[in-house]
Amino acid sequence: MTVVTMPRKRFSLWNVVFYSILVTGLWVTFQRFYAGIGAVTNLSDAFPWGIWIGFDVMCGVGLAAGGFTLVAAVHIFNIEKYKPILRPAVLTAFLGYLLVIIGLMYDLGRPDRIWHPLIMWNPKSVMFEVGWCVTLYTTVLFLEFSPMVCERLRWRTPLRWFRIISIPLMILGVLLSTLHQSSLGSLFLLVPHKLDALWYTPYLPLFFFVSAIGVGLAMTIFESWHSSKAFNHRLDGSLLESLGSVLAVVQSTYLAMRLMDLTHRHAWGLLAQPRPENAFFLLEMALIAAPVVLLYQSRVRNNARALYWSAVLVIMGFMTNRLNVGVTGIETASGVTYIPKWTEVAVTLFIVAIGVGLFRLAVTYLPVFGSHEAVATETEKVYSQGKVESRAA
Amino acid sequence: MANAILFDSTKCVGCRSCESACAEKWGNPYNEKIAAEEKLSSHKLTAVVTKGDKYIRRMCMHCMEPACASACPVGALVKTAAGPVVYDADKCMGCRYCMTACAFAAPTYEWEARLPKVRKCNMCAERLAAGKPTACSEACPNEATVTGERDALIAIAKARMAEAPQSYAQAIYGLNEVGGTSVMMIGPVPMAELGMPGKLPTEALPAFTWRALEMIPSIVTTGGVLLSGISWITHRRTEVARAERNERKGARQ
Ligand code: SF4
Ligand code: SF4
Repeated sequence: MTVVTMPRKRFSLWNVVFYSILVTGLWVTFQRFYAGIGAVTNLSDAFPWGIWIGFDVMCGVGLAAGGFTLVAAVHIFNIEKYKPILRPAVLTAFLGYLLVIIGLMYDLGRPDRIWHPLIMWNPKSVMFEVGWCVTLYTTVLFLEFSPMVCERLRWRTPLRWFRIISIPLMILGVLLSTLHQSSLGSLFLLVPHKLDALWYTPYLPLFFFVSAIGVGLAMTIFESWHSSKAFNHRLDGSLLESLGSVLAVVQSTYLAMRLMDLTHRHAWGLLAQPRPENAFFLLEMALIAAPVVLLYQSRVRNNARALYWSAVLVIMGFMTNRLNVGVTGIETASGVTYIPKWTEVAVTLFIVAIGVGLFRLAVTYLPVFGSHEAVATETEKVYSQGKVESRAA
Repeated sequence: MANAILFDSTKCVGCRSCESACAEKWGNPYNEKIAAEEKLSSHKLTAVVTKGDKYIRRMCMHCMEPACASACPVGALVKTAAGPVVYDADKCMGCRYCMTACAFAAPTYEWEARLPKVRKCNMCAERLAAGKPTACSEACPNEATVTGERDALIAIAKARMAEAPQSYAQAIYGLNEVGGTSVMMIGPVPMAELGMPGKLPTEALPAFTWRALEMIPSIVTTGGVLLSGISWITHRRTEVARAERNERKGARQ
């Protein structure tokens, strides 16, 4: 088993930043639960959702999409070569969903009632669907993640059970993700009168789904790069190159769909008018289009650094899109200007920092890169090959 | 009988009797400072807003098919047969999707509270049930706000508009907006000029999300079958390949 050791540095700039974020975050957390949402946010009756929804929830769920994308590739389409990056992706997804739930605890006015949708039903509500998806998919992710813990603790019996339920569980997970990613887009179908016409389209759920696949792949590339840096293991170039090609296809499909939709709705004219939304829209489009241009060049895909930066662009384009739909695109209609208060940003950073910390811990103590199983089959293969060869000789 | 409210800006003199009656009914504070706020908030569930020499009342419009009720994941907001859209604070988890969804910015939130609630007008559902008009209608000295059956109020509105066409814009706000509302408004100019949202769809808003939600069952079934099928085929293929390899190996030995 390969347990990667964390490089230990006693003092570094990053540690200082990390711990300041934690301390500030704790202070704001206290404020939030002691003095209420109003005390730490710039939210108002006219602008009830801010970056805790637009970033923490909408981006968080999307960034976790690598989990279901790779689970589908490896376990359902049986593409074995992606197996080495499956576990980091599942781990990210699981942590991502935990962080989304933590984010909701800040944003919900009554976090103590987060379970209410499970017993008080309103199937006509997209938020009801979202609530169920978060609950069920987090459970599925927990089950997909637990083999890493069981292997580490050498619990054989539960591992056997996981293998039995594995395929149906994976299929369930992919379905739930599909629903959840798209339902975050459906949330905004209810506000044709508020969301700017550059973003409001009946295809919002579809766009949210496709862009989630793209960002899931980009996150996988992003993470592989960082973990290879942090833990000194080699990047598998051909594997990442092939992820890059898939990403190019997904991302260009997404771009084409967006452009066709805008044409179909005759929305381009809006860009000719002087409107504050236009700059945000153009930024988003540039961030979506740039990686498409880059990723179609094999020169870029075969260069680890260039591939990494293309992935970063995809991720930034994705975040801009979610923030545009959730925040920027709503501002004009609301009649107020919402700019997040520093404490809102502090909470967001706090949550991200917790996520990074948990990821490092998990990678250090659990068999995330390479598993028992993989190691075992490797040795078996080498062994049996050796046997065959020695016999042949 | 489905109750409704008709507000007539032409008749409104801006005395704010409705505001103070509403505050009294809910037990909310009311004084000159609050009267001057002129906007809805968690302590002000109706507001008289001055627009030049005209006045308009803002409040929950009690939509016929409310976006808020379709948005609420826990069913805390419900359109009752009697007309009012009522709120159950014991269910509410504070997601504020109702506030995002409402086209009239009617639901407000207790931002400063540790255990906050949504606040909005309930059309005095308890008074209506007892056969009384809403507190605001009762307080209005000039019949600028009246309670009644929706169809009857539409008839009154049309009669007033026909009687003094020079004093009324010929449109009833709320007749068709977002599928119709139980609070309707008429006045000397179109309501959009007095601050009401102008270009609202005439289709009820819940229809927009329902078109996506109703696809879920087919996505789940088709998706489930498809994914199981693909998984079976791909795994079978690997198995067959492995078996063939073993056979060949066996033959070689
Ligand atoms: S006006 Fe807003 S709060 Fe009132 S019923 Fe309609 S959607 Fe709901
Ligand atoms: S804030 Fe409360 S009433 Fe409004 S949608 Fe959420 S749970 Fe329902």
